[in-house]
Amino acid sequence: MTTFLEISGISKRFGGVHALREVDLTLEVGEVHCLVGENGSGKSTLIKIISGVEAPEPGGRIAIYGKEYPKLNPVFSTHCGIQVIYQDLSLFPNLTVAENIAMAHHLGGVHTVNWTSMRATARATMVKVGVEFDPDAKVSDLSIAGRQLVAICRALAADAKLLIMDEPTASLTRHEVNTLIKLVSDLKRSGICVVFVSHRLDEVLEIAERVTVLRDGVKVGTFAAATIDGRKLSHLMTGKAFEYQQQVPDLAAGAVVLEVQGLGRDGDYDDVSLQLHAGEVVGLTGLLGSGRTELALSLFGMNPPDRGTIALDGRRIALSTNADAIHRGIAYVSEDRLTLGLILNQSITANVTLTVLERLAGRFGLIGARARQSHVARWVAELGIKVSNPDNPVKTLSGGNQQRVVLAKWMATNPRVLILDSPTVGVDIGAKDGIYEIIRRLAREGVAVLIISDEIPEVLYHSHRVLVMREGRLTTDVAAADTSEDALRQAVNA
Amino acid sequence: MPESRLASFGRFRRSHEFWLLIVILALCAGLGVANSQFLTMQNLFDLLTSYAFVGILALGLLVVLIAGGIDISFTATASVAQYVTLSVANAYGANWISVFAIAIGIGGALGALNAIFVQKLRIPSIIVSVATLNIFYGLLIFFTGGKYIYSLPDWFATGIFWFEFDWSKDTSYGVNLQILALAVSFLVTWLLLNRTNIGRQIYAMGGNVDAAQRLGFHIFGLNVLVYCYMGVMAGIASLVQAQLAQSVAPTVLVGKELDVVAAVVLGGASLMGGVGTVFGTFLGLALLAILQNGIILLGVSSYWSPFFVGLVILISVSATAWSQRERRTRSARP
Amino acid sequence: MRDAPALSLRRRIVHLAGSGTIATLVLLLIALWVVFAIAIGDRFFSVNTLQSMAFQMPELGILSLAMMLALLSGGLNLSIIATANLSGLTIAFLLARYIPGSEGVAWVGVQVLAIAAGFAVAALVGLVNGFVIAYLGVSPILTTLGTMTLCKGLAIGLTRGNVISGFPEPIVFIGNGTVFGVPFALIVLALCALPVALMLNATPFGAKVYMIGSNEKATRYSGVDTRAVLLKLYVLSSLLAGVAAVVMLARFNSANAAYGESYLLVTILAAVLGGVDPFGGFGKVGGLLLALIILQVISSAFNLLNLSQFLTLAIWGGILIAVAAVPHLGGKAPR
Repeated sequence: MTTFLEISGISKRFGGVHALREVDLTLEVGEVHCLVGENGSGKSTLIKIISGVEAPEPGGRIAIYGKEYPKLNPVFSTHCGIQVIYQDLSLFPNLTVAENIAMAHHLGGVHTVNWTSMRATARATMVKVGVEFDPDAKVSDLSIAGRQLVAICRALAADAKLLIMDEPTASLTRHEVNTLIKLVSDLKRSGICVVFVSHRLDEVLEIAERVTVLRDGVKVGTFAAATIDGRKLSHLMTGKAFEYQQQVPDLAAGAVVLEVQGLGRDGDYDDVSLQLHAGEVVGLTGLLGSGRTELALSLFGMNPPDRGTIALDGRRIALSTNADAIHRGIAYVSEDRLTLGLILNQSITANVTLTVLERLAGRFGLIGARARQSHVARWVAELGIKVSNPDNPVKTLSGGNQQRVVLAKWMATNPRVLILDSPTVGVDIGAKDGIYEIIRRLAREGVAVLIISDEIPEVLYHSHRVLVMREGRLTTDVAAADTSEDALRQAVNA
Repeated sequence: MPESRLASFGRFRRSHEFWLLIVILALCAGLGVANSQFLTMQNLFDLLTSYAFVGILALGLLVVLIAGGIDISFTATASVAQYVTLSVANAYGANWISVFAIAIGIGGALGALNAIFVQKLRIPSIIVSVATLNIFYGLLIFFTGGKYIYSLPDWFATGIFWFEFDWSKDTSYGVNLQILALAVSFLVTWLLLNRTNIGRQIYAMGGNVDAAQRLGFHIFGLNVLVYCYMGVMAGIASLVQAQLAQSVAPTVLVGKELDVVAAVVLGGASLMGGVGTVFGTFLGLALLAILQNGIILLGVSSYWSPFFVGLVILISVSATAWSQRERRTRSARP
Repeated sequence: MRDAPALSLRRRIVHLAGSGTIATLVLLLIALWVVFAIAIGDRFFSVNTLQSMAFQMPELGILSLAMMLALLSGGLNLSIIATANLSGLTIAFLLARYIPGSEGVAWVGVQVLAIAAGFAVAALVGLVNGFVIAYLGVSPILTTLGTMTLCKGLAIGLTRGNVISGFPEPIVFIGNGTVFGVPFALIVLALCALPVALMLNATPFGAKVYMIGSNEKATRYSGVDTRAVLLKLYVLSSLLAGVAAVVMLARFNSANAAYGESYLLVTILAAVLGGVDPFGGFGKVGGLLLALIILQVISSAFNLLNLSQFLTLAIWGGILIAVAAVPHLGGKAPR
């Protein structure tokens, strides 16, 4: 096997933070390699260095086909055949498929556009990839999977020799993931090295030939996929032996708080029926595209269902807005903390009080400074948020503390049902336990908690009951004690 | 390939330009019936001539909007270009080439200033252009005292008249400076946006500036080009206007921004960036001209013209926003 | 928080300007006062100067408040001047029509109703703005450009550019009278500024406006009816323009379709100088008022120096660019 890329001793500092420390990596021509690591492990930084967007600290070595370069830049990197497909795909939605795929034609100096040749390039590449889009269709009209295929076409059209895909399966259905996996094998066979950056261990092991694990900026090791399993991988990524046992408090039989019957929404999910009891922690998992978040939004009043009923305390309710849901005691913590969960530029105080403004208002509808301060102080103490000054913008906090702010914001609404969507994403390993502790405390206080997560262990070991959704339907509803990681993995992926 | 022809016609049918065309044709038909003067050669010729100024500016603004910015200082830029160019021409003598060269140079320079403020100082483009509008205009009037220039070089005052042909015994028509400049501007803008890679980069940048940055587009350079282009168009338009009015009036152009914005917005360009076509701008300009002309021909006082323009702008942007909303909710569910 | 930046003076000033806005503005005001006192001397400190400043400021101040509200929510209200003129013309028209010949209660009644009608017109424009921006999702710049043209067009169409003038004494008092030496118009400004400040700082509505300005979607996900808030906000903004209309028509004793057009730049300038983030989410009334005083001081000084009004306009434009650029010159990442 020829080595395409070899890097050694690569380090990168941002101010006082070491993003990468002495990382080595070799990538062979035509191999499928997975790069895994938690948030903050240095994955993105490594990608940026390989693609030339960032330069490594002096002293590192980068060699392509054996030739050494002290650092790369984006143009040179592309010239060598290194293509990165970021999670947001970096496509131009207002332009056509052909134009996006053949975008490289537009770069380099000033010249006229050759529409015929662009269309030809696009068609040829689409054939190679095995898709057939109308070259003149606007990218904004395609589905997410379609757009991803266009992004891959673009990389190929730019003569990629190394294709790095950042979290490519995040928004794909199982069917689409299968298509992608098959595509990756085809690419491999034509001699392209494919690097998957992912945190979804099941998929990683399914696709990769070799896996490199990063943790806290250091390379833990490179392993042949055949020699490793999900459990070991998780252990290597987090540095902790995961406690493979139930961590939920004993469940005192609680009343049914929320009951859903035959809920359906065209295009998102159908025929969903479930019950949530007071003090119960229910885990919901499944691939993206399975309808989990859409279901959660429906329970939160933001995605009105087309049929079926939702009942709170036995009484049927119709939720028209999320304010309605909050008023009735249903709260939803979005998976997208940075753009939907928090308003980063605003102060911690402003964020924490956003959901209870009317309640903090005293006489004449005015909110006193003292009312604000004591509210924030109370929740900072209760949830152990490390804050030096509550008037600082919330973006100055760490991921774990930010998540606590979000939880404080929602717990202040006295919810009876709290839906948490991917609550520990972007939270340091050390801080995750803190979040789980808060969830346990909520359960002890009688709140019905619904945790939606990608990570099967997270869902299995922190819930009383586990639900699995697949392609819009609820396929599994089982007590956590009665199932296992493998069984759940089967149910999710089958 | 007949199949793709069908597909592209289908796309056209759903586009903003299609509906615009329908509205224009309907209006023309209606006006033609209501007033016999509308569909005459004289009227159409006059319309084309008098709307050249707005049209050329609209093309410049179109390019800025596509790139994701906005500029309302172009009337001040045009005033400055007009005044300086013709003062120089009067004082030192000039010809067609040098006169356009000076106007384009001044316009481009003032446009570049806008670009620098927006990109290097990171100020929202609307605020930059409100500021530069006042800076350029204020300084112009301060230094010139707002005096009109009535005497222009003879050759300039005469203008041009190509391809002259006789329509009737008394009247002859041909391509005058205004129509020529308008046509050339349309052609050049169309070529830029559809036939050069730079034009496509402008569309791309307007559609997703982060992706453009990642792919190595020269964001600052593109912005300078775009705002300079607006300035250049302002320079050309200013001469066209001066020749038509046979005078330079430094105070009359500022205030005409709305007509230009109306033409571009009616033509389908979006403030978000990445959207808009030359054809659409042409239709928007036509709609604006027909509307205002119709108001006059129908005997409604021209004092009502701004009201109708404002009304049409509001209706048009509301309709566009509404249909975009519909399309978004429709595509969310397969 | 960032570590202490390099101790260079430039950095210090920029750091100050970015965070202690009010402190900076006070310092700036004092500095200007000193400079102009030296340059212009006695004339500057005369009661006349102060009084004339105090008369000009209120209408600009109320209009700036209107602009500030829109800016805080991440938008812009370009239609405030046109709304004020249309509103003013409505009042003027009703006064001119119904005052002559009326007495006693009717005389008072007509004035009250005329002003109410003016407010109603302003509120209507605000409703249109709010609806199109909040419920149809059109960009605030385009929407308010449209309503601005509409209002101006309506005003011109109805008046053909003519002026309506001559109003009863109580109305004129609003713009020109004094109460214990304080111009009544200034009192009107205070009566507007205080409730607005209170609303922004101490009510749920105010808190929501700031949050919407920083991130509308996240605010919506937190259970806030952002569309209703924006609608109310633009109605409020236009209502303030209506109040400004009363002050303007009182001071000039006339109304016209094209008054105060140069004010638009100054209202934006006052807001940005006063610490309002042009991208939305931040800004205080106190800062705005201080900025207004500074601008008024500069403007009066320019008047006394016989500076051309056009040069003044150009300088305002330059100051706006400088002020808007300051947060980014210090190396702070743009919001």
